[in-house]
Amino acid sequence: MRLQPRYSWLPTPYRSVLLFCVWLLLNQSLAPFHLLAALILAVVIPWLSAKFRDPQPLIERPGLALRYILRVFLDIITANAQVAVLILGPTKKLKPAFVRVPLDLQHELPITILASTVSMTPGTVSADIYPTKEMLAEGDEVKQRWLLIHVLNLDDEAALIAEIKSRYEAPLKEIFQC
Amino acid sequence: MQNWMEWAVAFFLLLGGAFVLIGSIGLTRMPDFFTRLHGPTKATTLGMGGILLGSMFYFSTSPGTISVHELLITIFLLITAPISAHMLIKTALHHKIKAIPKTTGEQELKRGQQQNSSRSHLKSNLP
Repeated sequence: MRLQPRYSWLPTPYRSVLLFCVWLLLNQSLAPFHLLAALILAVVIPWLSAKFRDPQPLIERPGLALRYILRVFLDIITANAQVAVLILGPTKKLKPAFVRVPLDLQHELPITILASTVSMTPGTVSADIYPTKEMLAEGDEVKQRWLLIHVLNLDDEAALIAEIKSRYEAPLKEIFQC
Repeated sequence: MQNWMEWAVAFFLLLGGAFVLIGSIGLTRMPDFFTRLHGPTKATTLGMGGILLGSMFYFSTSPGTISVHELLITIFLLITAPISAHMLIKTALHHKIKAIPKTTGEQELKRGQQQNSSRSHLKSNLP
């Protein structure tokens, strides 16, 4: 895991690329002025705001990150179809449940991505992550974090936990190398 | 506008509209707060995606123009939808809203409520 950026003038390279693209998309133009403005903004904004941020793990495997995004996109489509069927079907047959997933990840950014992914994918909404730092006494270390999720239709709790861990958490651990 | 383009726009608009409608039906049909949350967070995302794709096709048809800033709306929607769902469900835990009796994992629910209430308890005790 790497917390410090490679170049101090470019603290978050992927976020800079994102800013560059967002500026061009907002203006819908590839004119020289907009290219130059996008370049300046993409370098200056992360450089100015780097000091205000908590250091978070950096993306080590961009190729894997891209694959992860594609996978989540496909899962969102299947999730929508599944939830649509569940909503239109008989509500008496639903088996809603609360499930607690043990987390191996420790840093806020990967956990946030995992929780958001869980919310977007089939039949689950992430409800809470605990314990947080504020809850512990001074000097206590977080030993094990839990992700509380609500499931719309639970068939097999162990299988669901295993799927979340292997399908989403394992790639995230690879991407951030933590 | 070419004929097939018109078909594509119509298809995506109808698909998007259908999913948004299903999400809203979920809001009225589901029995309790927690299950009601599932419709709007998921069905609506794909619905909005469909409508935005339709819009992209429609505005890209006039010659020499291409419309891509709908992509931005999609990205922002994908980022904000899970966060708003998370805030809603945390509020529900804090207020100890009851789940329907057949919900399993009651212990986990209790634990989540405890986590959220003791946190606010800490805050309210601050000077």
